[in-house]
Amino acid sequence: MGGLRRLFAIVGKEVRQLRRDRLTFGMIAGIPVLQILLFGYAINTDVRHLSAAVADQAQTSLSRELIAASQASQVVDIRARVDTARELERMLGRGEIDVGLLIPADFGRRLADPSRAAGQLLVDGTDPTIPASARQLAALELGYDSTPKPARREPVYEIRNYYNPERRSAINIVPGLIGVILTMTMVLFTAVAIVRESERGNLELLINTPVRRIELMIGKILPYVLIGLVQVTLILLLGAWLFDVPIRGPLLHVYGAAGLFIAANLTLGLVISTVAKTQFQAMQMTFFFFLPSILLSGFMFPFDGMPPAARYLAELLPLTHFVRLIRGIMLRAAGLGDMPGEVLALLAFTVLTLAVAVGRFRKTLD
Amino acid sequence: MADDYAIEAHGLTRRFGELTAVDHLDLRVPSGEIYGFLGPNGSGKSTTIRLLCGLLTPSEGEARVLGRRVPGEAEALKQEIGYMTQRFSLYEDLDVRENLTFIANIYGIPRRELRARVEGQLARYHLSDRPRQRAGTLSGGQKQRLALAAATLHRPRLLLLDEPTSAVDPQSRRDFWETLFELSAEGTTILVSTHYMDEAERCHRLAILDHGAIVADGAPRDLYEAMDALVVEVETADPRAAREVLLGREPILGVTQLGVRLRVLVERSVADAPDLVGRLLDGARIRASVTLTHPGLEDVFVMATRDAREPVPWEG
Repeated sequence: MGGLRRLFAIVGKEVRQLRRDRLTFGMIAGIPVLQILLFGYAINTDVRHLSAAVADQAQTSLSRELIAASQASQVVDIRARVDTARELERMLGRGEIDVGLLIPADFGRRLADPSRAAGQLLVDGTDPTIPASARQLAALELGYDSTPKPARREPVYEIRNYYNPERRSAINIVPGLIGVILTMTMVLFTAVAIVRESERGNLELLINTPVRRIELMIGKILPYVLIGLVQVTLILLLGAWLFDVPIRGPLLHVYGAAGLFIAANLTLGLVISTVAKTQFQAMQMTFFFFLPSILLSGFMFPFDGMPPAARYLAELLPLTHFVRLIRGIMLRAAGLGDMPGEVLALLAFTVLTLAVAVGRFRKTLD
Repeated sequence: MADDYAIEAHGLTRRFGELTAVDHLDLRVPSGEIYGFLGPNGSGKSTTIRLLCGLLTPSEGEARVLGRRVPGEAEALKQEIGYMTQRFSLYEDLDVRENLTFIANIYGIPRRELRARVEGQLARYHLSDRPRQRAGTLSGGQKQRLALAAATLHRPRLLLLDEPTSAVDPQSRRDFWETLFELSAEGTTILVSTHYMDEAERCHRLAILDHGAIVADGAPRDLYEAMDALVVEVETADPRAAREVLLGREPILGVTQLGVRLRVLVERSVADAPDLVGRLLDGARIRASVTLTHPGLEDVFVMATRDAREPVPWEG
């Protein structure tokens, strides 16, 4: 009874302070909007329109056809024509082009010989996505009647893309982005929550009152659960409106997964808050946690491609489990019940970090 | 026994690494009195208060506050003590009434009483005209009144006030002390630390702290009477030169300059202290009027801390 009252007193105070803190209030809406625009529009893993130059040393109808077919594929935009391989290399070195197409003088003869490559693609390997995209060019076929079609150019597999047949990046990115945005904002908000009170001197007064540690902790995070869910709604709406990102699973489960994930991040923030001495330190620690979350969770790079050590580490991060959950629910129409392991992992993380935070927090100044 | 003394401490010690902030302190604060801690910054006043309310764990020694062991039973004590921190520690982004309502809820003031209690505190501490003002925009005196209103909202039996008047003007200080006497008359025991002599003089009883130890304690009058020195006041055109002459001479224990006057402490056994001081000054061809005067708390302090070091200059 008295405990609940103290809890709600803390919640009420937090909400009032939050309403008056314009910067934090701005971040609640600002971060999701900015991130979704950045990731949705600027970041595109399906790369097209690489700038290219061509050195056509054959000057035959076949070579011209190849160049036209390359251009038509939209993978490259041919910006320049040069004479030698050396010139292509120079342009590549200066960063003027991403890809150089070299068609040697004996192009016709090479084409007839299945054991030799007919042309060469000079590719800027400093960017990992460019060689992958340029590889599409290697699969080009020439339909000219007089040319015998070499058997090796027939693809062995036909690829059928489930869940994202148009290969739109936004569909892959937006569900995971919910997790990235929540990690950024939720951890940060609570990481500074207790440090701020001690920096401003409020904590010395508070720890001299009958308030209990658990009441203080829960009271501090409850308002942010609501804020997190508002952010989720904002991202879902923007994702649907701007990028037609579907929600194929039950909406309630989307919010259920988000709620679990929000709780995990908030309690982690509390732990940081009990370790950090200043708000600046709290922000540094948040960032220290944020980077591996983004890189290892499977949000940016496929989980299965990582070495075992990185995968073990990733399993400890709440974002890894949330990315699996939310992609499953939003894109594969799964439910929370289909992935009980991920649900349990998030719950365990929350309980553990809350216990650590309450255990670390002392009502003394020692 | 427990009723006679609100606070009892024996050998209370707190070290921070190499520094001993509180050094084997013995303390008895009688119930219902205003007890003062007088001492310069760094003398251990704040640390002692924090030890007494359980915010710090003693390195050695023990304390009982309102009959409860500290820090062991500190949680049970929270409801019975009010603590006013040196630095303003209410929420600057909440308004005056919100701050008090928050504190009232934290202390579990019964709901039907809560409104009346908060309004009562606003009236008593002259804040009724600005309940919606953010605490951060209050003046020093208003902040201090709000802090005291918050510390007394749950009607504690013991108030611990850590330099409550360090950031307020003289008029606010006078008003503040009037309020303390009212609270004391209602039965509240008050422990207040200060570095103002005039404030310490108003306490029923006080302890002079220096380097974490109590160097003198008792009622102000008893402290004057127990002092091992006579006070001679010297008025002269060149007090600095006079000070040079007197300092370090045999029966002279200390010289403090107050504007154009000097307060000279002379050993109590000296029969004709003013004559002696006059003769010393005549010898140095310094013309001065010399009179025997009543000791003040500052003289008590100079005597008490004389052996330790040069006293820190007072701000009061």
